[in-house]
Amino acid sequence: MFQVRIHGRGGQGVVSAAEMLSVAGFLENHHTQAFPSFGSERMGAPVMAFCRLDDKPIRLREPVISPDALIIQDTTLLHQVSLFEGVSDDGFVLINSSRDISQLGLDEFFAQHPEIRVLTVPATQLALEHVGRPLPNAALLGGFAALTGRIQIASVAAAIDQKFSGRVAAGNIAAAQAAFDQANHDQRAESLC
Amino acid sequence: MLKQIEGSRAVAEAVALCRPEVICAYPITPQTHIVENLGQMVKGGEVDHCEFINVESEFAALSVAIGASAAGARAYTATASQGLLFMAEAVYNASGLGLPIVMTIGNRAIGAPINIWNDQQDSMSMRDAGWIQLYAETNQEAVDLHIQAVRLAEELSVPVMVCVDGFILTHAFERVDIPGQTQVDDFVPPYEPRQILDPADPVTIGAMVGPEAFTEVRYLAHYRQMQALWLIPELAEEFAEQFGRSSGGLLHEYRVEGAETLVVALGSVNGTIKDVVDQMRDDGIAIGSVSVTSFRPFPAKRLRQCLSGGKRIVVIEKSLAVGIGGIVSTDVRMALAGAGLPVHTVVAGLGGRAITQQSLLNTLSRAHRDVLEPLTFLDLRHDVIHREIERLETQRRSGPVAENILRELGSVADRIG
Repeated sequence: MFQVRIHGRGGQGVVSAAEMLSVAGFLENHHTQAFPSFGSERMGAPVMAFCRLDDKPIRLREPVISPDALIIQDTTLLHQVSLFEGVSDDGFVLINSSRDISQLGLDEFFAQHPEIRVLTVPATQLALEHVGRPLPNAALLGGFAALTGRIQIASVAAAIDQKFSGRVAAGNIAAAQAAFDQANHDQRAESLC
Repeated sequence: MLKQIEGSRAVAEAVALCRPEVICAYPITPQTHIVENLGQMVKGGEVDHCEFINVESEFAALSVAIGASAAGARAYTATASQGLLFMAEAVYNASGLGLPIVMTIGNRAIGAPINIWNDQQDSMSMRDAGWIQLYAETNQEAVDLHIQAVRLAEELSVPVMVCVDGFILTHAFERVDIPGQTQVDDFVPPYEPRQILDPADPVTIGAMVGPEAFTEVRYLAHYRQMQALWLIPELAEEFAEQFGRSSGGLLHEYRVEGAETLVVALGSVNGTIKDVVDQMRDDGIAIGSVSVTSFRPFPAKRLRQCLSGGKRIVVIEKSLAVGIGGIVSTDVRMALAGAGLPVHTVVAGLGGRAITQQSLLNTLSRAHRDVLEPLTFLDLRHDVIHREIERLETQRRSGPVAENILRELGSVADRIG
């Protein structure tokens, strides 16, 4: 089973991100389960959502306590919420930011966890470019596909297309594709270093 | 058709497939998405000959359903928590009159303190109201139970509550097989009421009944629920034949063969319990579990068959009878009367507290070693209660308990789980 936890703020599409990821997994014939952290969410309040992917039916109903992958939609949460709690030592961390790990002040954490694969993607910027609104969720799913290889970018696009329609869908798919391309490029560059 | 959808959407689609004629509901978290979806489907012309009636309260919602049902319509409503309490008088009326209404409960805690999260205190408060109560373990089962519930309600002329854990199921996206219309039509025939307000053949429904007949009317309500004890498994069997999967029935057993420790629970927590049972079985511990689907009528005989081979029973319950302990465990003890088996009550998941594998593993291991107390509260924070008890003992004006504890805990937004 592969478990994902998504952190963000109310209004940033955290719950929709988990939902779309579960649909993308479903389209690849995986069993998937997505659910929110069940709060009386308000705009701007810290919000979590969870997604599990497996090849057999998922029975577990607890929140994702030990994620294999973490998606952080809002870096202002970095020093407010125990974001990295339980994250697997050889897991993945995807952060929405145009800054790198050092600039985010996370060098120490990742030095202590050298097996974690971490990537930053300027998802809000990409969303503004392609959708015209600062909603980073779809772009981050493109980054997730590139970083983890757990899901095809085509399935992410199909899931976005199910959730939205018309121009909004097209824009979000373009943002996801752009994040996917950029993430692949960054990872290749890193592996050449 | 296989779909990856939210539990609420799946329930709404299942209800629509049952061809309801009157839907009336008042929104309340976490039931809201169900009736929102149904409202949209009715307005979009997706449900033939169906009227969606907006009402001003839950009391009105069930009262309209009662009126519609008495007039011969297939009536549906849904609610949760305080909404169910607000309609309590009508809940008893619907069953007392023998009207086959189907109602979804999106299980949620009851205040005060106000809490929107999941437990099963709401439906438990209505366990003696004369409705059949079915608890869904997954969203697939929630879909299937609604289809079976319409048939069950109408065959017995008894209302049925389908209880679906709020948020955990209602707001979860998972794979659900939504049946086709013809398939559902074959299983759920058009409604043929046993009693109907028909101007061409007038009757009164709702007479005043004195001591001369009240006991007999009540006995017959009990008799119909006893009939449900054989009808529920029969319908589940027929459902399995027609739909190709097993859902519903009185209860589900899991790895009970040779089990010394047996866990009993209702609803979605059974999924997590099964994962824990597998882990413990891998470690050589003889443990199994039973998911009770039908809580009313209570399948006492069937449960006794499943449990009496064990050495100890642990009931995990998402509700609390303040002053005694467990609600479900009281019935389990009655089912096991004379069997001499210890029945432990573990109150868990109150007000949405996550029931984790680790906590269950710890508690069930203690039970297996016979060191678990008769009544425990899963993950109870002893430090917090001790400080509050101390405050109560030392200060006359100790203040409101809930607020005291919240002040002490501080921000909760940074916690996971």
